[in-house]
Amino acid sequence: MKLPNISATPVSRRVFAMGAFSAVTAVALSACGADNKPATSSPKPSDLAAGGASTITMWVDAERAPALKDIAAKFKAETGIEVKLVVKDFSAVRDDFITQVPTGKGPDLIVGPHDWVGKFVQNGVIAPVELGDKATAFTATSIRAMTYDGATYGVPYSVENIALLRNKALLPAAVTTFDEVVAAGKGVVDAGKAQYAFLVGLDPKQGDPYHLYPLQTSMGSAVFGTDAQGEYDPKQLVIGGPEGIAFAKKLVEWGDTGSKVLNSNITGDIAKEEFKNGKSPYYLTGPWNVPDLQAAGIDLAIDPLPTAGDHKAQPFVGVNGFFISAKSANALATTSFVTNYLTTEDAQDSMFTTGGRPPALIASFKKAAKDPIVEAFGKIGEDGVPMPAIPEMDAVWNDWGATELDLIKGKAAPETAWPKMADSIKSKIVA
Amino acid sequence: MTLAPQTTDDAAVATSPAPSQLKRRPRQFKHHGPDSLKGILVKIVLLGLVDAFAVYVMMMLFMAQSWVVLAIAAAVTVLINWIYLRKGGLPAKYLAPGVFFLVVFQVFVVLYSGYIAFTNYGDGHNSTKEDAISAIQIMAQTRVPDSPAYQTSVLDQNGELFLLFTSPEGVVTMGSATEPMSTVTDAVTDGSGKAISVPGYDTLNFNQIIAQQDAILDIAVPVSDDPAQGSLRTPDGTTSFAFKPSMTYDAATDTFTDVETGATYTDNGEGAFAAADGSQLSTGWKINVGFDNFVRAFTDPTLRAPLLSVMLWTFTFSIASVILTFALGLFLAITFNRDDLRGKKVYRVLMILPYAFPAFLSGLVWSGILNPQFGWLNQTLLGGAEIGWLTDPVLAKISVLVVNLWLGFPYMFLVCTGALQSLPTELDEAARVDGAGPFRVFRSIKLPLLLVSIAPLLIASFAFNFNNFNVIYMLTGGGPRFEDTTRNIGSTDILITLVYKVAFGQGTGRDYGLASALAIIIFIIVATVSAISFKQTKALEEVNR
Repeated sequence: MKLPNISATPVSRRVFAMGAFSAVTAVALSACGADNKPATSSPKPSDLAAGGASTITMWVDAERAPALKDIAAKFKAETGIEVKLVVKDFSAVRDDFITQVPTGKGPDLIVGPHDWVGKFVQNGVIAPVELGDKATAFTATSIRAMTYDGATYGVPYSVENIALLRNKALLPAAVTTFDEVVAAGKGVVDAGKAQYAFLVGLDPKQGDPYHLYPLQTSMGSAVFGTDAQGEYDPKQLVIGGPEGIAFAKKLVEWGDTGSKVLNSNITGDIAKEEFKNGKSPYYLTGPWNVPDLQAAGIDLAIDPLPTAGDHKAQPFVGVNGFFISAKSANALATTSFVTNYLTTEDAQDSMFTTGGRPPALIASFKKAAKDPIVEAFGKIGEDGVPMPAIPEMDAVWNDWGATELDLIKGKAAPETAWPKMADSIKSKIVA
Repeated sequence: MTLAPQTTDDAAVATSPAPSQLKRRPRQFKHHGPDSLKGILVKIVLLGLVDAFAVYVMMMLFMAQSWVVLAIAAAVTVLINWIYLRKGGLPAKYLAPGVFFLVVFQVFVVLYSGYIAFTNYGDGHNSTKEDAISAIQIMAQTRVPDSPAYQTSVLDQNGELFLLFTSPEGVVTMGSATEPMSTVTDAVTDGSGKAISVPGYDTLNFNQIIAQQDAILDIAVPVSDDPAQGSLRTPDGTTSFAFKPSMTYDAATDTFTDVETGATYTDNGEGAFAAADGSQLSTGWKINVGFDNFVRAFTDPTLRAPLLSVMLWTFTFSIASVILTFALGLFLAITFNRDDLRGKKVYRVLMILPYAFPAFLSGLVWSGILNPQFGWLNQTLLGGAEIGWLTDPVLAKISVLVVNLWLGFPYMFLVCTGALQSLPTELDEAARVDGAGPFRVFRSIKLPLLLVSIAPLLIASFAFNFNNFNVIYMLTGGGPRFEDTTRNIGSTDILITLVYKVAFGQGTGRDYGLASALAIIIFIIVATVSAISFKQTKALEEVNR
C-alpha cells in the first residue's frame, strides 16, 4: 500500500499540537531556524553567491535526494545559486510543509506526489507554476494531475501506476479479463505449480481500495465525477451508483465466502513474498516492487490491467513533482530552477537513472521506455486517472476501505453496505 | 535474634523514598565554606558558554525581528545569570535547569495546546488572514488562455526596472511597473531573435535579476487597454506570460470578487471568504472560536454514540494493563530475586528485551504474528487454525491486552527488582522466625513496603497506558470497526486514538483545534484520576510510618 498512505492518514506518531508545537519551538528556539531564512536586506549582485544569500532550500525524502544532486550542481555552476537539499522524513514532510510555510521557515521547494496539491492549496502554501509551452513536453496525464482549480501547481517528474505482473515461468501468455486471469491462475494452482491463483496485497485492517480501483473502474464505477474542465468535482460523489453496487457484489463473489481470489489476510508484504517465491502466477502491484522481484529471479511480464466489466480498467496514477512555496523569499530563482532546469531532458533523465521512477517528460520517458517493463507500465498509465487531489478525498479512504474489507470477508451485504458507505462519505464531505 | 522495634524503623527510613534525601542534600551543602577556586572556574566557564549561546540566539532573533521572543530570551538569560552569580539561593541553582526545560518542553506545549483548542487551526485555516488573502491573490493569477509566451530581458535605467519583451512574431516591446507597454525599434537582439538590450538601458544579468527579484516579480505591464488581455509578468526573469486575476481583492470592503461570475466573497466570520450561496474560497485563516471545539466534542452525534464504549474500554485497557504488567513483573522479580538461582543475570537480560524494542515496531511485528491465516501463532502454534485475533471484537481486545502485557512487564520487572533488593533481608528473616510462611511474608511485609515506593509508578503507568497510542494504532488501528457509526471508530480504540482519528483521519482534513480540545479533556480525566490515586498513596505511606 504505497500511494494510499500518502492520502490517507499517514501512520506516524505526530499527535496533535506536536506539529504545531514544532513550528512554534522553531520560533522560540530560532537559533537553528534563523539560518534558513535568507537575509531580508537585498545584497549587492556581486557578493550574491559569496554571501550565501541566494540559496534555494528544497525538501526531499531520502529516496529522491540522490536523484537531484546532479541537477542542483549544474544550477549552482551556471547561476551561482545553491540548491540546498534538506532530507526530510517522507511521512511527515507534507504536514511539516503546511505548518512551516506560514512561519516563513519553510523551504522554497518541496518534492511530493500530486495528490498533496489540494491540501496545499487549501492551506495557501504553494504558488502556481506557469510552464508555458513546456507543458506540452510532458505527458497529458501528468499535467492533468498537476492541474488544480484551473492552474498548474507543480512540475511533474515521474508517473506511477499499478499493473498486473505475471510470472512467465508459470504462465506464458497474457489474458485480458479478470475472469480469464482467475481461470488461468486456477489452472496453474490445479496443476500443483502454485498456491494462489492471483495475489494482491490488502490490509487486514482497512482493505486496499487503491489496488482494487482498476477492477472497480472497469465496471464503470468511479469515486468522483469530473467537471467541464476534466477536474474532479467534490460535489459529484458517484461512487454509490448502481455500477458501484455491482462491483460490491463482485467483491463478495471474489471474497472469503466466494472464490477466495481476494484474501484480506494477505498483506502487501505477504503478497510480495509469496510472488517472489513463485507461489502465484499473478500479482497486482506497482513498479516499486519490480526491482526486488527481478532480483529474486522472477521472469516478469507486465500485463494490462484485467477488466471485470466492459469499461477500461483505469488505475489511479500518481505523479511526483516539484511545488513552489507561496512564501518563498527567493521566488524568481526558485521558479527559474523549476521551470528552466528541472524540466530539461537531462534533468529528467538523470532523475530516472538515479531514482528509477518513470519520467513525466515525454522525451525522457521514450528513452526510459527502452526497458519493456517501464514501457508497459507507462502504456497502462495512459488509461489511468490521476489520484484525486481534492481535500475531500481524505474523507473517502476510510469508509471505502472498511466497506470493501467487510464485503471481501462476506460480513456485509453489497446492496446495503455500499450505499451506506456512500452516504457516510457524503456526510463527511458536506460537514 | 530478636527484633527491636526501632530497628525496623531505621530500616524503613533507610529504604524510604528519595524525597527526604533530596531535601537533605542542599542543607548539607549550605554548611560548606566559600566556593573552591576550581568550582568558581567551572561555574564561570559553564555560565560563559550559556551566555555565549544566549547572545547568539538573541542576535538571530534580532535579525529575524522577533521582538517578543527576544525580550523573553533576554529576561531568561538575565534570570539565569542572577541565579548563579548571587550568593546563596542554592535550591534555585539546582532547580533552574530542570525548570527551564520543563517550561520549554512541557508547560509551553500544554499552554500552546490550550490556545489551539480555542482556535479553528487546521486544514484550510492554516495561517493569518493576510497570508490567506495573499495566497488567494497568488493563486488567482491565471494565464490568459491561448496567449503567447514572450521572451524577456530585464533592463535598468537609473534604478527603474523595465521588462523587454520579444513576442513569438519578433515584435519587441517594453514596459515597467509605471510605464505602459511601448514598441521598441532600436533593440539589440541575440542570435535567436530575442531582444537583449536597448541603448540607454543596462541589461541585468541573472544574478542582478535575483538580487532584485521581489521588485521584478511585482512588475505587471498591461498588454493593452483591454483588461481581458491581462498583464505581462515574468515568473523566472526570462519568459513572460499574460496573466489576469480570476479574483480581485478590494481592501476597502474586504471582499474578493470573481471576475467571471461577479460573485462576491466576504469574510464570513468563521475564518473564510464565503459567497452569499455559502460557497467558500478554499484558503481560509485561523481565528479564535471560543468554546466551539469543546461544544463539538460533546455534541457531535457521530462522536457521542461510540464515545461511551470507547471511554469504558480506555479505562479497562489502562487499568487491566497496569494490573497485569505489575502482577507478572512482580512475580518474575520475586522469582529471579532468589539468591540460589543460577544464571540470574542472563534471565534478567532476557526479561528486559521486550522493553528494548520500540513499541511501534513490536506492534507491527505482533500484528504480523497474529495474522489469522499467515500469522505464526495460528499457523505454527495452533496448527493452521484461522482465529481472527485482531478482527474479532472480543479477541482483539484480549490480543491488545496480551501484547501490551508483553511490552509492559519488563518495566514492572525492573522497578520491582530494584525495590525488592532495597528491602532489608532482616525483615524477611524476622518474619520467618515469628512463624510466617512465604506467602504471608509477601502479603504482609514485602508487598506493602513495595507499594510505598512503587505506587506512584503504577499511577504513572496508568497515565501512560491511558494514552498508549503506539500499541493500539500499530496493532489493530482501533479496529474492528463498530457497525453503528459512520466514524472510523472500533472496538479497541482508546480515547487517544479516537482523538487522532477524529482530528486527522476523517472528514476533509486535519483539525488541530478539535484535537487540542479533546486532548485537554483527556488531560483533565488523567489528571483527576492521578490526583485521587496520589492521595490514596499518601495514605499508604502514612500507614507504614
